[in-house]
Amino acid sequence: MDYAATRDEALARVAAAQDLGALEALRVEFLGKQGSISGLLKTLGAMSAEERQTTGPQIHALREGVSDALGARKDALETAALDARLASETVDLTLPAPESARGSVHPVSQVMDELAEIFADMGFAVATGPEIEDDWHNFTALNIPESHPARAMHDTFYFPDRDADGRAMLLRTHTSPVQIRAMLADGAPIRIIAPGRVYRSDSDATHTPMFHQVEGLVIDKGITLGHLKWTLETFLKAFFEREDIVLRLRPSYFPFTEPSVEVDVGFAIVNGKRVLGGSGDAPGHGWMELLGSGMVNRKVIAAGGLDPDEWQGFAFGAGIDRLAMLKYGMDDLRAFFDGDVRWLAHYGFNPNDVPTLSGGVGTAA
Amino acid sequence: MKFSLSWLKDHLETEASAEAIAEKLSAIGLELESLEDPAARLSGFVVARVLTAERHPNADKLQVLSVDTGEGQPLQVVCGAPNARAGLVGVLGLPGAVVPAGGFELKKSAIRGVESNGMMCSTRELELGEDHDGIIELPGDAPVGTAFAAYHGSDPVFDVAITPNRPDCMGVYGIARDLAAAGLGTLKPIAAQAVPGNFPCPMPIRTDDPEGCPAFYGRVIRGVKNGPSPQWIQDRLKSAGQRPISALVDLTNYVMLAYGRPAHAYDLTQLSGAVFARRARDGETCLALNGKEYTLDAAMTVIADDNGVHDIAGIMGGEHSGCTEATSDVLLEVAYFDPVRIGDTGRKLNLTSDARQRFERGVDPAFLDAGLELLTTLIVEICGGEPSEVIRAGEPPKGTKVIAYNPVMAETLGGVAIAEGEQRAILHALGFAADAQWNVTAPSWRPDVDGAPDIVEEVVRIHGLDGVASTPLPRTDGVVRPTATAVQRLERKVRRAVAARGLNEAITWSFLPEAEAEHFAEGNGGLWLLANPISEEMKAMRPSLLPGLLSAARRNLDRGAAGLGLFELGRRYLRGPSGHSDERLTLGVVLAGEKTPRGWASGKAQMFDAFDAKAEALALLAEAGAPVDNLQVMGEAGAQFHPGQSATLRLGPKTVLARFGMVHPATLKHFDVDVPVAAVELFLDAIPGKRGAATFARMHYAPPALQAVKRDFAFLVDAALPAGDLVRAVRSADKANVVAVRLFDDFRGQGVPEGQKSLAVEVTLQPGEKSYDEAELKAIAERITAAAAKLGAMLRG
Repeated sequence: MDYAATRDEALARVAAAQDLGALEALRVEFLGKQGSISGLLKTLGAMSAEERQTTGPQIHALREGVSDALGARKDALETAALDARLASETVDLTLPAPESARGSVHPVSQVMDELAEIFADMGFAVATGPEIEDDWHNFTALNIPESHPARAMHDTFYFPDRDADGRAMLLRTHTSPVQIRAMLADGAPIRIIAPGRVYRSDSDATHTPMFHQVEGLVIDKGITLGHLKWTLETFLKAFFEREDIVLRLRPSYFPFTEPSVEVDVGFAIVNGKRVLGGSGDAPGHGWMELLGSGMVNRKVIAAGGLDPDEWQGFAFGAGIDRLAMLKYGMDDLRAFFDGDVRWLAHYGFNPNDVPTLSGGVGTAA
Repeated sequence: MKFSLSWLKDHLETEASAEAIAEKLSAIGLELESLEDPAARLSGFVVARVLTAERHPNADKLQVLSVDTGEGQPLQVVCGAPNARAGLVGVLGLPGAVVPAGGFELKKSAIRGVESNGMMCSTRELELGEDHDGIIELPGDAPVGTAFAAYHGSDPVFDVAITPNRPDCMGVYGIARDLAAAGLGTLKPIAAQAVPGNFPCPMPIRTDDPEGCPAFYGRVIRGVKNGPSPQWIQDRLKSAGQRPISALVDLTNYVMLAYGRPAHAYDLTQLSGAVFARRARDGETCLALNGKEYTLDAAMTVIADDNGVHDIAGIMGGEHSGCTEATSDVLLEVAYFDPVRIGDTGRKLNLTSDARQRFERGVDPAFLDAGLELLTTLIVEICGGEPSEVIRAGEPPKGTKVIAYNPVMAETLGGVAIAEGEQRAILHALGFAADAQWNVTAPSWRPDVDGAPDIVEEVVRIHGLDGVASTPLPRTDGVVRPTATAVQRLERKVRRAVAARGLNEAITWSFLPEAEAEHFAEGNGGLWLLANPISEEMKAMRPSLLPGLLSAARRNLDRGAAGLGLFELGRRYLRGPSGHSDERLTLGVVLAGEKTPRGWASGKAQMFDAFDAKAEALALLAEAGAPVDNLQVMGEAGAQFHPGQSATLRLGPKTVLARFGMVHPATLKHFDVDVPVAAVELFLDAIPGKRGAATFARMHYAPPALQAVKRDFAFLVDAALPAGDLVRAVRSADKANVVAVRLFDDFRGQGVPEGQKSLAVEVTLQPGEKSYDEAELKAIAERITAAAAKLGAMLRG
């Protein structure tokens, strides 16, 4: 028998099989139980040993050759089928993916977190107090008696109400009443900052009736104006992440501090905007008023229930909205309180940008 | 407080430049607001003589001048002024000079083909007057070639902000004293000479209100001639921003501005009987010099005669008895008024004046006589007349304070070590007296000084705050300790969680229109309403965060936003005990309009719905650490919400942790919002805190070895049964085995009887030590169907 011819014919038919069904039919025809090649294998048993010696390998080679061809053809057909299916499944990936909204943290909140982080490193905790205050905490305890001209400097929002002690209720005009509350609650020594909403009856292009302040208070033994200067320098250097911040202290007056100092910081005009850094006396530079501060008035320490002969300290106050504007470049205070999602998306912060000392408290543009 | 350099030099012998003085003023606490130097404005303008004037060859109305500037060749200048002519001495602006009116820079140019090297100026162009009919004509002997600023006399003007504690610097003299102490020159003594009276004062004066007016000094001057005051007085007053009126008025103002000593001059003929200080009577009126009538009360002090009130004491004189051009006899009043009384009266009347500013800060009680003599001298010198003797009623307070001081405090409080000798010198220059033991007596003009820290301030500010060296605060050992309280950590976490869910944080006003606040306040027990709001829109403290956010949403929708998510973390203002507030930390969320815009895959735009609000509420409560698995969904979200699409999340029946749902259409209409809005309010203050000290190790957990089994159950239930009730019943049917129940189908319609619905749940069963066999699974299923049956649920076949 011409096994070679049988093989060639079988291979030709395998190669011509157009789908997996036809291929399976060929497998059954050749290699199935009743298959033609399976039949040839069965003939081996009836052969003499000599005949089997020569014919056996030929039949086995025939079976292997066809079996391999069937396998290869099957792989090829399957690959072709998969390719065809994938080709039919093609999508246009220039189409837009589902959108997910991006949220943001308000600049005031972000800056408050930055302040908390920086001052924590200097040992300051964050204290709070009510925004609806009584006039004792907001004025009297801070050495601003009823008739004091300084009361007129604060454009105060009043309520018609009085508390159980007969004190007039008002919206706090500054975060300073937290000084009194902290001293009364915790005694001394104290290191706190108190950020929060404050209110003045004032509304124009650069003033809003509600804004944010941060108060700082240190009460301890042997605290001097030098500690105040160091604290503010250290804070501003950390906040603006610049080593060249230069402060200028100027004598001023606040009823709750004595001596009182206004703190100016040097800046340069860069691309039309104020950039802090350098001495205000350097060419192309100027000074801007940034903070009010001073050594806590003895009367205020006494109002806080502490002995002013034993304890002394300093306090400062700064506008948070203003710090945010200076650092992050906003120029319209009113926009802070409008809730315009376009503004919030632009000036707000990615919630993952949590201020940390190791990563730098600021978030780069 | 504004004053000119030459006025300052009346009192201060100094060679210092205006710039040096300006810098020093700020350095010692007299904050410079501005320094206006006319010389700088007039630089580039010189006195020049017109040599020749020829017709312009190409223009009828122009002339070509040859102008002598005092040096070099005469300049050719084209000029259109009708008075330009040969021989005229005027003011030439050279190329490069900036014309004050208009602010443009002069350049060499060609006018109608003729070269012009500058501009001959009018008074209006130099902002020296209104005249613009022609160019300035100076006297013929004006020195050609000198800078016009030098010729004209330029006097720099300082504007200084005086803090309320420094009444002594409400006069130029006090400022000069401070500058002298700071080393900028020598203070000239006040040249107050007693002017002898020629006759007894014919007008009796007295004070019937010794509390409000402890001292009232006066004298009459007969036969004065009131007219315009001399130029030098007018110049001084103008530099202070005051309009000259007449000599008598100007001189009282001059004494006030120069020495911080207010005074008043009455026209004697308008007074009758005695003149005296007394309390006003309730309802009494006074027509003041500003032309307004003020209604007074018994807490106010006035100066009156037998006929009525002539002066709101220490604040403003009366119209009727003021000096006029015709005045010939005057009564001068120099008094001391109680600062508190003046402040109260001024605030009540809403009336400010230069006099009030000084009296309410506290004028020098030892300067009444000197002030009166200075004023008398000036009036007699300028207006003539014959002064009477001085008459005095009452006595000003003594108020001499002695303060025990220790010079080491400059360092221990002020942070700068200053030698004792320098401290003594500073205090002496400021008028303080210190004895050998450092008992320091403050001068009568410094009512603000009442303790050792005040002395420190004086010494340090004059010495210079530059000397204060930065001193580090002591640090605690090791790494800084955490400082944030539990509430602060909660607030920070929730804020970033909401933002991470795609919402933008807004900050809105704490105050609302009263009607909006009222609508959201139900059950809150009284709004906080401002007595003096900026507007009715900002009157009530918010009892909820939602109204502010709804208004913000409206503004965004008006600007074209189709959908948005806003949140705010802040306080609600409620009533607390003892008349105080109860301010509660709250999270408000609004989801307005489109949740997803129309899309190629999703089709039409999808609006936010109540389940979006529920998802935010639950996710954020979980972030806040609330036990969300134990919360009950209940009703009563409030009248601001859609009654059928809103709910509260409660821990137990009473503690409401959140409310959420669709905002009521009527509420939306009030806020002018015409898209559906879902909202959430999370009451962060109601979330129970963690008990006990924080531990870091978690409870022990090892994932079960055997795989969990899932079984589906479909029940027919009454259509009104809340799905949550069925889920809860199934979950508690077999707590040992059921670990999760997920509702995945809510179907009504074909195959489900009318009035019923089919609810399908996927139950997760967790085997313990060994796998379930068929009998166990059957028993669990029976327990589940039995528990459901108690709610009337039938297992679907």
